[in-house]
Amino acid sequence: MAEVSQAAQVASKWRKKRGSLIMALHEIQGVKGYIDWQDAMDVSREMNIPLARIYEVLTFYNFFKLEAPGKAVISVCTGTACYLKGNDKVLEKFKSELGINEGESTADKMFHLQSVRCVGCCGLAPVCVVNGKTYGRMTPEAVPGILDEWRQAFKEE
Amino acid sequence: MVKLKIDNFDVDVAEGTSILDAARSVQIDIPTLCKHPDVDPSAGCGMCIVKVGGRIMRSCSTPVAEGMEVVTNDKELQETRKTVLELILSNHPNYCLKCARSGQCELQDMAMRMGVDRDEIHKILKPEEIDDSTQAIVLDPLKCIVCGRCVDICQNQQNVWALSYLNRGLATKITGANDARLADTPCIKCGQCAAHCPTGAITEYDETAKVWDMLKDKELVTVVQIAPAVRVALGEEFGYEFGKNLTGKIYAALRRLGFAKVFDTNFGADLTIIEEATEFVRRFKEKDHLPMFTSCCPAWVDYVEKYYPEYLPNLSSCKSPHQMVGAVAKTYYAQKTGIDASKIRVVSIMPCTAKKWEVRRHETMRASGYQDVDVVLTTRELAKMIRQSGINFHNLKDEEADSPLGEYSGAGTIFGVTGGVMTAALRTAYFYITGQELGTLNFDDIEGLDGIKAAEVDINGTKVRIVVVNGVGNVAELMENLKAAEAAGEEPSCHFIEVMACRGGCIAGGGQPKVMMPNLPKPWGINDEIRRLRSQGLNNEDEQAANRLSHHNQSIKQLYSEYLGKPGEGKAHELLHTKYRQRDVYK
Amino acid sequence: MAEMDLDKRFDIHETAKNKLAEIEKFMCNIYCCHSTGCKSSGSDDILDLIKNMVAEYEVEDKIRVVATGCMGLCAQGPLIRVEIKGKKDALFKRVDLESAKVIMEKYVLPAVQTESEFAVPAELEEHVLSLELPFFTKQEKVVLKNAGHMDPEDIAEYMARGGYLALEKALKNMTPAEVVAEIKKSGLRGRGGGGFSTGMKWELAAKVPTVDEKFIICNGDEGDPGAYMDRSILEGDPHAVIEGMMIAAYAIGATEGWFYVRAEYPLAVERLEKAIKACKKNRLLGNNIMGTDFCFNVDIRLGAGAFVCGEETALIHSIEGARGTPRPRPPYPTNKGLWGKPSCVNNVETLANVPKILLKGADWFASFGTETSKGTKVFALTGQVEHSGLIEVPMGTTIKEIVNEIGGGVPNGKKLKAVQTGGPSGGVIPEEYMDMPVCYEELKKLGSIMGSGGMIVIDDTSDMVSLAKFYLDFTVDESCGKCAPCRIGGKQMLNLLDKINKGKGTAKDLALLKRIASAMQKASLCGLGQTAPNPVLSTLRFYEKEYTDKLVEEHAATEEK
Repeated sequence: MAEVSQAAQVASKWRKKRGSLIMALHEIQGVKGYIDWQDAMDVSREMNIPLARIYEVLTFYNFFKLEAPGKAVISVCTGTACYLKGNDKVLEKFKSELGINEGESTADKMFHLQSVRCVGCCGLAPVCVVNGKTYGRMTPEAVPGILDEWRQAFKEE
Repeated sequence: MVKLKIDNFDVDVAEGTSILDAARSVQIDIPTLCKHPDVDPSAGCGMCIVKVGGRIMRSCSTPVAEGMEVVTNDKELQETRKTVLELILSNHPNYCLKCARSGQCELQDMAMRMGVDRDEIHKILKPEEIDDSTQAIVLDPLKCIVCGRCVDICQNQQNVWALSYLNRGLATKITGANDARLADTPCIKCGQCAAHCPTGAITEYDETAKVWDMLKDKELVTVVQIAPAVRVALGEEFGYEFGKNLTGKIYAALRRLGFAKVFDTNFGADLTIIEEATEFVRRFKEKDHLPMFTSCCPAWVDYVEKYYPEYLPNLSSCKSPHQMVGAVAKTYYAQKTGIDASKIRVVSIMPCTAKKWEVRRHETMRASGYQDVDVVLTTRELAKMIRQSGINFHNLKDEEADSPLGEYSGAGTIFGVTGGVMTAALRTAYFYITGQELGTLNFDDIEGLDGIKAAEVDINGTKVRIVVVNGVGNVAELMENLKAAEAAGEEPSCHFIEVMACRGGCIAGGGQPKVMMPNLPKPWGINDEIRRLRSQGLNNEDEQAANRLSHHNQSIKQLYSEYLGKPGEGKAHELLHTKYRQRDVYK
Repeated sequence: MAEMDLDKRFDIHETAKNKLAEIEKFMCNIYCCHSTGCKSSGSDDILDLIKNMVAEYEVEDKIRVVATGCMGLCAQGPLIRVEIKGKKDALFKRVDLESAKVIMEKYVLPAVQTESEFAVPAELEEHVLSLELPFFTKQEKVVLKNAGHMDPEDIAEYMARGGYLALEKALKNMTPAEVVAEIKKSGLRGRGGGGFSTGMKWELAAKVPTVDEKFIICNGDEGDPGAYMDRSILEGDPHAVIEGMMIAAYAIGATEGWFYVRAEYPLAVERLEKAIKACKKNRLLGNNIMGTDFCFNVDIRLGAGAFVCGEETALIHSIEGARGTPRPRPPYPTNKGLWGKPSCVNNVETLANVPKILLKGADWFASFGTETSKGTKVFALTGQVEHSGLIEVPMGTTIKEIVNEIGGGVPNGKKLKAVQTGGPSGGVIPEEYMDMPVCYEELKKLGSIMGSGGMIVIDDTSDMVSLAKFYLDFTVDESCGKCAPCRIGGKQMLNLLDKINKGKGTAKDLALLKRIASAMQKASLCGLGQTAPNPVLSTLRFYEKEYTDKLVEEHAATEEK
């Protein structure tokens, strides 16, 4: 008997509950960071949902990633408060520092840059979040320091 | 009944009717690009807006209500519709002149109808690769207006799930899962997506050029055959009413195109019945893999190979009629006429896109030593060739098919209608078992457009239970029941099952005409009224036929005595039967 | 067995009494804001530090440390509120580990030891926030009453503050029809943006017979970028929303409840999960709730990043595990919703209002607000304003009061230019209309909407074309793609706006922009598309000159090419 994949285990857990496709996908991505073709096939089989439907869902919602993102996921908030306080400039700075666009990862797979709609810390605007750590009252000048901080953290690992 | 006012006309319609349909009942045709009678309203295009008590609503999805006052047309609505249409056109290429649907395109027609006379909105077009991987149907995402009809048909009506939406917003694209090419998806090539597409985004894989090349080559003997359903639909392309049977004119047109011989797939249908009835009688007696499924619909065969491989032994091993004609043409006919089989080319004119795939689906499709059928053209492609050739179709005199693969019975004709194969097979099976002819040749219970039809036939005291599945999307429940019965060790609930992938049968296949006529019920293409009329065309021919029984086809008898021997054995089995294999749902 | 379980049933009065007595024993309560905003500025570590110090100094019997929901003044977080018996309450802002230590050592610990007055030492001055600020005194907290004042993860504390009494009243003393009537009478309207009468929605839902199932759905898919009312309510007072949902379920005959919450709100989800668990444990969810015939269960489903899922039919598709595309209405969800069953969709803030209305009466609720807009409304006040944060005011409060008094005005010596409400579906209200009372009708008259409660303050340095483009960019990004007017129209508008903003647009482009905007409003399938042009049309209405100033002559535009 072949080893049961994480995706298959999660899917079979959710199978009997109603309205659970998105929940299962969240759980798989939560562990692995993304959902690949094999995961989708496993979910399709275990939950008896056509693969076409699974990809319809995966590509509709912003949250799901089909490929492994970089180790540090940088989310720059582009909610209204952050926009008004100049986060577009912070985003530009990240882009130029990393040489990538939104939704892309650096070649060394260390950083993934994305813009998100309101992380809910409007009081701290402008905000960016790196792997769950929030940086409030951002400025473009703070960008290199944050990148160095994470580079250092990965080096120490 | 509900009473309402539409543009000050009193209208009286059944409860639940949409405003759109209610308006049509009083000759007001509210424009729409997405609503189709075969699918639920997606409300996507935004063209069918009307005012209900001053409020703008979509007429396709809003049901009528007592006392409602609807305005279908005023300056504001017109201007809004025109802008919406211009927006749609700004996301659609201006390739009309080189599009297969030109002249028969709902979008093109709408632009004319709305009087689009300006080009103010910049084009936003993202180049996308054309997907012709199936070599049966072609998907050109650039021409897609995301009306959603094809996805609804593929997922909800056909239950195939090859087509799906990818991404969202302006990036929304209709394609296979994760942008897979159709050939790598569960696509069964039924072509119902193409049959319902309002534009040229999904069409058949055009092989007319290939056929023109064959016809030009004087070394070759290119023969042709037409499927039952073609004869009652081609006329629509030339202004005839729906369901008009034009067999004689079509034969004449094919000769003028340059085909050396004109055969008829109905002959092959009779041949199929001989083989299939023989097979069924044997399997019924031996209880060998019952129920037996018909196998003349290639989309259905593809579906079983992908979704129900455990039922492959239940499929009849008979090839479909046109494949039988191909195999016989390159063996028996070649031998009889002394033509080198390698020089014979067989072209099948079919109402179907899946047939384009069928000719290559298995090595047994080369039983003659060559590919038995070389090219399959759809009814639409034939119409195109006739137009290209300059033939004045209207004034053609009726002609006859060529012997010996041209004679057919009424039973062969009704292959094109849901329930037809079953009816034809029962007529002959009854004769094989009892030595007598059936009293009445029709089975009312398996006619019509219901999704699942069942009947019980008494053959010499033995009850034979039959089921006809009209549309492959209706098969799942039946299959689950069969599985459950098998798991419980019970007898199957029926013995013989006909499945046609397309609703209505081949008469509504993916390759049938989608013409525009001012007097047509809209939208163009297919609907139940057209299905009914085309079916009637075939049923009328059966009822009026001198011979309505496959086993009395003289040319068939001759074929067995001169060449094949006994049905189901030896040469007959070698040439006329096929094998099946499990296929991955995704590659 | 069953009867034994019934006997063990949780008694809310008993629990509340015990909890109150327990709290009463403490000399001092330290409330540490523990919502997303303050947590992201380090309130976790501060909480740990304070707890450790309390233990270290062995004053656990005197000082209670409570992690709370949002206190409102998010821009000044992390916030800590200290309440010592016999002393004035003190609020500290921008607390870090260092100042927290000082607060404990120099203020809390000595103050607890003494009977007499004890002032906050001068060295903490920069951290002190006056509770006399209009930001606090001008608010009227109904929905946010508990947030910031209790531990949202403790069901007993919710009960101590009157929690689940409204449910008890409904189940034991009122018929479902009476509950509906009371809500209808209160004038409560949907707080998610639509403003449809909640009572009427319930009435419609109640009318549809419950054949096998009927659902109540809580819409927590707050997507307006720059607004976080629902998140704060779920984080700060999850039980209020659950109680509201249960009352709604009783009123309409629902058999099951669904919370649909943005995946971007992990803390809200976590608190909600804990609250549901506590309810189940205490038999407030399940069969025969409070010994009555009422049976009800709830579950949570997460969004996955799609603004359009705030639209109720899209939300339903999303729960069903499909793309969150809206479908035409009718049929309305109250007739045919989740899995084809009758379903009533209510917003988080709407449901949070319900227990208060039942407990204090419709008349009390209706005493707040205007003729047509009753009660209070929570706003996320952000942008170029001194005190940005979460506020709650009675409907009808003027924009001036909100911005200048509660918000403390525009900082850095700049002037107020406008206020934007309704987020990407709303519009701007120019400075000259600042005396306008905030209510559904007045906002609509000016081409904006109430929306879910985002209120963005814009100063005179802001460019309105860019602002409109910002919002349109959002809606284009969030368009589901189902209907052509929104899918293509939005992008075309955005391109035109971009062209104009770059100084390359002509008068023709502006005319086309307006034409497409009008078609989108009229022909889009759902609210997202219908309202997407609002930020453009609204800024055009009041600041057209900012657009025309950027236009160039036709020939100049051609030369540009």
